[in-house]
Amino acid sequence: MLNRRENPVPALLYKVFVYGFGTLCLIYLVAPIVIALMMSFTAGQTLKYPPEGFSLRWYEALLDPVRSGTEHIAAWNSLKIAGLAVLGSLLFAVPASIGMTRMKRKTVNSIEPLLLAPLVLPSLVYGLAALIVANFIGFQPSLWLTVTGHIVVFGPLMYRAASVVAQGLNPSLAEASTTMGASWFMTLRRVTLPLLMPGILAGAFLVFIQSLDNVTVSLFLADASTTVLPLRMFALIEESLDVRVAAISGILIAVTLLGLLVARRVLAPRPQN
Amino acid sequence: MKQSGFPYVVPMLLLSVVFFATPLAVLVGFSFITKGGVTLDHYARFFGDEFNFRVLINTARLGLETVIGTTLLGVPIALLYWHSGRTLRQVIIFLTLIPMLTSNVVRTFAWIVILGRQGPISEALMALGITGMPTSLMFTELGLVMAMCQIDLPLIILPLIAILTRTQYSLTEAAQVSGAGPWRILITLMLPLMLPGLLAGWILVFASTSSSFVTQAVIGGARNVYVPQLIYREVGTLFDWPLASAIAVVLLLSTGCLLVALTMISRHRRLNGHA
Repeated sequence: MLNRRENPVPALLYKVFVYGFGTLCLIYLVAPIVIALMMSFTAGQTLKYPPEGFSLRWYEALLDPVRSGTEHIAAWNSLKIAGLAVLGSLLFAVPASIGMTRMKRKTVNSIEPLLLAPLVLPSLVYGLAALIVANFIGFQPSLWLTVTGHIVVFGPLMYRAASVVAQGLNPSLAEASTTMGASWFMTLRRVTLPLLMPGILAGAFLVFIQSLDNVTVSLFLADASTTVLPLRMFALIEESLDVRVAAISGILIAVTLLGLLVARRVLAPRPQN
Repeated sequence: MKQSGFPYVVPMLLLSVVFFATPLAVLVGFSFITKGGVTLDHYARFFGDEFNFRVLINTARLGLETVIGTTLLGVPIALLYWHSGRTLRQVIIFLTLIPMLTSNVVRTFAWIVILGRQGPISEALMALGITGMPTSLMFTELGLVMAMCQIDLPLIILPLIAILTRTQYSLTEAAQVSGAGPWRILITLMLPLMLPGLLAGWILVFASTSSSFVTQAVIGGARNVYVPQLIYREVGTLFDWPLASAIAVVLLLSTGCLLVALTMISRHRRLNGHA
């Protein structure tokens, strides 16, 4: 037997690499969010880091309808568009995810790439294409055009989230329901949809968040009177680096965190390994 | 009797064909047409202009740099995940999801603060005595790559984590018992194991970088122009829609080719191991 006295240095270096460098990378990932949140509480006039003092003045400025009327309209537009995009993607993508489970694998493989294509193609290109076609037909940029664009681009997120769950469902559950005499609609309402709910909720969350944040599609399809929130923030950043952007960021981060915590509550209790 | 699933799929299929595939086809057609008929003129104008061509190269380079950066940052996080217990694993997933679900504009805004003259990087460089006066990384490619890497990092971490969650821990234990050191395990076992996840991540990162309009416009500034801003400028201020279409088709083709290539590599049998 060879005397295997191992050199401890590589093992130690590896530990430093994984635990030390790995943690640093995690900090790199999260620090910007923390910094954006900190900036929103600054008492100063500028975005100096570290922030000067603590105050809620920028949140007050943001909530004041006189000073921030444009932002309120933009936020309301964004919420409307995101809500309608979720509704639209529910109507189109959830049936598709159910249908796909009842089709041959080969057929699914040939249709699915078309449905998922909007997720990988640059949405800026899609925005331009949609604008050109709308212009041909004689449509002007509007709220409804933007909503349609968002459904096309983010519907696939709903499809993917719902079909992951749909594929895991036992088809005999729906069969059992129909053999017991339940109508097609009854089975859908009482068996299939409730079982799909975790996927649908996850999908709705993703579609809502993405739609709320979208710039590239809205850039081409929204008209001047339907300014959306991310475009308004973009303008605020470019024009004057207004500290109210920090307050908007703070609210958006809080909403995201809240959504994530709620999603964990709703989706987590599935004690399977 | 089994119902056919096809009627359920029809609405979304129609939506995709009418509202997605058709506009893209029209866009492609638009880029080839003038009053007289079919032409390559718009493409010739794009490639003939040295500035435009440099923008295309810049965009490809930015994508590549971001892919490399996210890989260098993502693999250590994946390894940390691999060596962690259940609770810590959940914390890592949570910390990855927060930035991913936070608005892109918000993340870009955070980087304006970080890279700016009064930001933490500038302050740190002054405190260390490396620079005598406040420095700004805004409007530089380095600053933009730093921001893009953080913004796209979740896109590479999540596929890696998905693979590692399915992998049995006994795999590395077996290698360890057989006498392999940690670095050897990393290079000959963990990295090949993670490769399909890396490929999936690279696709997402590259696709995201090549259309991240806001971050490029704000942090890149007027001096560093990338394809998305070029398209927007042609549409919004110069009203040259045919040229914008041609640029869009070039962007589509170049990302498309890369996606197909990476997808084909990831479908390769050897990568999927026992598949």
